[in-house]
Amino acid sequence: MNPERPKRKLRVATTSLAGCFGCHMSFLDIDERLIELLEHIEFDASPLTDIKTPGQCDLGLIEGGLCNAENVHVLLNMRQKCRILVAMGACAINGGLPAQRNHLDIRDCLQTVYLTGVGLNRGFIPNDPELPLPLDQVHPLHDVVKIDYFLPGCPPPADAIWQFLTDLIAGRTPQLGHGLIHYD
Amino acid sequence: MNSLEKAEHPAGLKRIAIEPVSRVEGHGKVTILLDAENRVHQVRLHIVEFRGFERFIQGRPYWEVPVMVQRLCGICPVSHHLAASKALDQVVGARRITPTAEKLRRLMHYGQILQSHALHFYHLSSPDLLFGFDAPVAIRNVVGVLQAYPEAAKRGVMLRKFGQEVIRITAGKRVHGTGSVPGGVNKCITPEERDLLVAGLPDVLRWADEGIALVAQLHGAHREAWDRFGTVRSNLLSIVRRDGALDLYDGVIRARDADGHILVDGIEPTAYGDLIRENVRSWSYMKFPYLQSLGAEHGWYKVGPLARLQNCDFIPTPRAEAARQAFAATAGGQIVHAPLAFHWARMIELLHSAEVIAELLDDPDLLKNDLMASGPRATTGVGIIEAPRGTLIHHYEVDAQDLVTQCNLIVSTTHNNQAMNEAIREVAREYLDGREITEGLLNHIEVAIRAYDPCLSCATHALGKMPLVVELLDATGALVDRRVRDAEQLA
Repeated sequence: MNPERPKRKLRVATTSLAGCFGCHMSFLDIDERLIELLEHIEFDASPLTDIKTPGQCDLGLIEGGLCNAENVHVLLNMRQKCRILVAMGACAINGGLPAQRNHLDIRDCLQTVYLTGVGLNRGFIPNDPELPLPLDQVHPLHDVVKIDYFLPGCPPPADAIWQFLTDLIAGRTPQLGHGLIHYD
Repeated sequence: MNSLEKAEHPAGLKRIAIEPVSRVEGHGKVTILLDAENRVHQVRLHIVEFRGFERFIQGRPYWEVPVMVQRLCGICPVSHHLAASKALDQVVGARRITPTAEKLRRLMHYGQILQSHALHFYHLSSPDLLFGFDAPVAIRNVVGVLQAYPEAAKRGVMLRKFGQEVIRITAGKRVHGTGSVPGGVNKCITPEERDLLVAGLPDVLRWADEGIALVAQLHGAHREAWDRFGTVRSNLLSIVRRDGALDLYDGVIRARDADGHILVDGIEPTAYGDLIRENVRSWSYMKFPYLQSLGAEHGWYKVGPLARLQNCDFIPTPRAEAARQAFAATAGGQIVHAPLAFHWARMIELLHSAEVIAELLDDPDLLKNDLMASGPRATTGVGIIEAPRGTLIHHYEVDAQDLVTQCNLIVSTTHNNQAMNEAIREVAREYLDGREITEGLLNHIEVAIRAYDPCLSCATHALGKMPLVVELLDATGALVDRRVRDAEQLA
């Protein structure tokens, strides 16, 4: 990063869709470098702030795939508001572990799991309009919107997230060197 | 008093939604129904997502499970990793794992408790406590804390870093490691790795003390408000060591009533199914557990740091035990039910974790390389562990071909479902009822939820309980077709 060049801070929104927050944790795993990063970025909507919907942003980091209608709605809004959109981690890139349900017949799941569930007092299926409707399959983000960058890993290593962000802040095309791209 | 769970006449009421609940992990929203005079008629915490782990684990080989299920949660992956390993120890016949394996797992687990508690208090909750519940949104976050209270915020960052390093060294990776396997662990630690952690301990122990001092000071400054805010009486549940000591890795189930009398004690993990039943509500994917003996109305309970510290007889490390006694003394021996007291209990557990880590790092067994145990195969395994946010239960059935045939998970946040809902209803009665609703007032609702440190991501594992919808999107994301089938047609 170049400290002599005073610049407007990059405005960054982050969200987790059908993910586990592990990518957000890996982001925080940059540890004390977070303090340095905050000289160059500011958070908009994010699980770390109480801004509930994003305004105009330079960068959107999205973890998790799409498992329900609300995920799709949030993603479309992020695409509209963020100049650069990043699919962060395995679930955003290919659905990840939650996509293991894609090969299952949901009718069977309902009947077997729900009706024979261990320890249930009374079978009942939540159906309130407040609950967003599940999709039949878990989808990666690029099924629905254009994605500008993909950061692989489950989660992507903190050093990869750091390298990516510092490249962007410095105006370079992000390059992940040896050891920063892996898929586990 | 109206329970506020269900409005009698919802038609015509105004709906306010807090969506998403922020500074917690996972997806939740709160809906509030108000009449024309802003009287509150209904308040609900909804868990709005499901990911289906319990179902798609079925048919997988059992040895994949500890690595798969930790993807339930990126904040406490170690809890799921270890709860699954403990359950599957029984399946591979490792009724007793080796001392080195148990100590390495304990080290991993207490490292996780430490990092998760630091994250929750400093990164997520402290902005409310330091700036006020209705402070401006622009500063009410960890960045605001870094600017106004840099020492506290940096302490949070560095404590979390230490815990994550403990996990990296024992599990191989900070998030979603692979160190624990059915029957033991697959990785030794080296003297150099141990020394690296030992070198960090003096700072960590000091920071842990400072965290307790900060919470005690905040409590002292706002005592009446803290003790009253969102407080609802309930039973308490956790595991304890067989002698009644606090133990977050292993033990037997104990529950107390709201006055502290022991309801059940010494329950073996395998008997959890006789103790706990679960109800379902139409408006949340998260189930509502209760003690079967007391029934759904009276049998719900709290789990997590506040329950654990008051359920155990003592903490088996000296500095945390002194802190527990000081905490109990401020309540005059009464059971504390205030949600904000969770933060105090959490900081005491953080100190306890640092003390346990210090003891383990000093133990010669830790560096030995006798890592795996085995024995006669079994078909059933139940693993219970105290995750950062409360009791976590994993139950698997495995067939002769090594495939999982059944999986039941009761995660910490699910246990607290009723308690969180009651807490936000109490806050709504006290702070929102009849007033003009502002952002700051709505944050009061979230403050009560945050106190429980919910892991709404963990809570989204159930696949079974959902209406079925098929949506067909084209490449631009436009909806081409959608079919809905509700559950009634399937029953």
